[in-house]
Amino acid sequence: MGRRVLITGLSTYWGGRLAQALEREESVDVIVGVSPDDPTCELTRTEYVRVGTQHALLARIVQAAAIDTVIDTRLVVDSIAAPPRAAHENNVIGTMNIVAACGGPDSPVRKFVFKSSAHFYGCERDDPAFFTERMRRPHPPRTPIEEDIVEAERAVRAFDERNRDVAVTVLRFANGLGPDISTSHTALLSLPVVPAILGFDPRYQFIHEDDIVGVLAHVAVNDLPGVYNAAGDGVLVLSEVASLLGKPLAPLLPPWGTGVAAAALRRAGVRIPPEMLQQLRYGRALDNRALKAAGYAFRATSRETVQAFAEHLRTRKLRATPGAGYQYEREVEEFLRWSPAVRGDDRLGLGRLTRDQLAELARALDSLEARPARLAPRGTASGSTLRTGSPSSSGGAADAELAAEP
Amino acid sequence: MTTTRALPPATQNDDLRAHLPAIEPDRTITDWGRSERLEGLVDATLYSFLYHYWFRCEVEGIENVPSTGGAMLVANHAGALPPDASMIAKAIQEEHPRPRKLHLTVEHFFKGYPFFSMFVAKIGGVPAHPANVQRLLDDEQQLVLVFPEGAKATEKLYKDRYKLRRFGRGGFVEAAMRAGVPIVPIAVVGAEEAMPTFAHVGLLKRLTGLIYFPVTPLFPHFGLLGAVYLPAKFKLRFLEPVRTERMGAAPWDDKGLVQEVAGDIRARIQDELVDMVGRRRSVWFG
Repeated sequence: MGRRVLITGLSTYWGGRLAQALEREESVDVIVGVSPDDPTCELTRTEYVRVGTQHALLARIVQAAAIDTVIDTRLVVDSIAAPPRAAHENNVIGTMNIVAACGGPDSPVRKFVFKSSAHFYGCERDDPAFFTERMRRPHPPRTPIEEDIVEAERAVRAFDERNRDVAVTVLRFANGLGPDISTSHTALLSLPVVPAILGFDPRYQFIHEDDIVGVLAHVAVNDLPGVYNAAGDGVLVLSEVASLLGKPLAPLLPPWGTGVAAAALRRAGVRIPPEMLQQLRYGRALDNRALKAAGYAFRATSRETVQAFAEHLRTRKLRATPGAGYQYEREVEEFLRWSPAVRGDDRLGLGRLTRDQLAELARALDSLEARPARLAPRGTASGSTLRTGSPSSSGGAADAELAAEP
Repeated sequence: MTTTRALPPATQNDDLRAHLPAIEPDRTITDWGRSERLEGLVDATLYSFLYHYWFRCEVEGIENVPSTGGAMLVANHAGALPPDASMIAKAIQEEHPRPRKLHLTVEHFFKGYPFFSMFVAKIGGVPAHPANVQRLLDDEQQLVLVFPEGAKATEKLYKDRYKLRRFGRGGFVEAAMRAGVPIVPIAVVGAEEAMPTFAHVGLLKRLTGLIYFPVTPLFPHFGLLGAVYLPAKFKLRFLEPVRTERMGAAPWDDKGLVQEVAGDIRARIQDELVDMVGRRRSVWFG
């Protein structure tokens, strides 16, 4: 029996990409996505429930669908992504509700994956050069977003302690970079010059967006309880990043009074959030070896990630196609998933049975002498697929299910 | 932070050395932020000049630095802008049959102060965090230079020259024991006279945010010229290594042993300094 997965934050970039990745995994039977907003990418077999983080509703969904794996991708780790109050509501209260919905003696949940951020460690002068998972934050959080992340992780830890039979994984991601995501760092590196603080050349580490999805999917399929850092190999310095992007490094921010200068830059349209100011001063790097030892092979190093991003920046104007974005249409999606016309002959899921099982089933039906016409086993016995008619399938669920046939 | 037993940490028992990032040949900057290019430039110009012509370094016992594997180098420290670290690094480059890069541990202060922050890391400075030392010694099998006296030594006044300060809290010995690497003590004569400190100006220290604001023969009255060293004669003596891997299982838990080893190393360097200063006829000509 395969996994039954619930993904929170389906409408976020990460939730959507993860659902797409899990749809390709044969070991995943059921994918249910929840989020308060509609999905933003095309999904074939993921079921979507529009719901916020009300734990009573989530608990009912978890129970009813017998979910065994919950993947929480909903955390806001960039303070330009949401106003502080909304971020706090989502990060702290939301996490509290989600772990509440997964806990309890009769909960079917056996695995909980939490997407966190390297902002958990903060960024200070006396930090180690490489944070390992065992290290605790040396200083109390400085910025609202860090405070949220620390508090959310605390809720996850408490959940872990109370539910020893649930395998809890926390993933702390370095700064993500890639053509499709938009964070304060992609915005910063898209500027004509790379802003820096005068007299500082901080160490920077990145993770490619595909690796973020890859790590989430890896952890979804393999059981890896514990905390893992996720970051591409190699640590760059900011001047190196600028030269890979082919842009000059511009020390626009003074070493003293940096906050005031950042506020002035904000007026000019360059948003440098406080947690990023810390990184521009002191830099940060993670030790990613535990995750590599756990079997994940990163597809891109930090350097390759920046190079790929540079390539994207050079060609984005050429590739821009207006109005090509995906639009979620509930009626269409429901038709594709549930209409008998689309699902055709395979409503009983016979496509998943092996040839021998089908033959046996046919014999059983023969002996009953009650043979519904559309289950005609003649084709099956000769080895062709069960889909005798030609269902006017426009792709989607039916194809995906039939494709699972050995 | 919560002090309760946290999430089970990711598995750390198996050897993670195999999972260190591969070397990227196209890069000239290491993961520690060390720049081959800048370091090479400084080495070929300033360090070469100081080593051969200005300080005229004399080196003894270079064979005590192992050619392979991690090792911790421990030296006395002196001078307002201490030249000893770069001369030790240069000595290994020049005299050792297998020249190796040396990582210098530096105060966290340097990471937080503009410009120092850029340059110190690029020429091989690593913040003196136990985790950094551990990674360099154990995982990356590198040479690490440690000054256990720390800033207590560089801020001491000229009248206290060649009197070793307290050797921290023995953290360096613990780090070497955990990594199972030898400790090579080094005695350096000359650095005390190259840029002696006569007094400290407390008010200017606070205004500039530096770790100390010294009065040296040329600073602050000659401004940037204050960075010029006096041409003292340098002598570096590398001593017989202390083998930490033969001290039994988990010797770092034995705080008494750690303090004993630290005190021992300090005494050996102090004795050697007394001997070297005693033989010296002239500060400038050796």
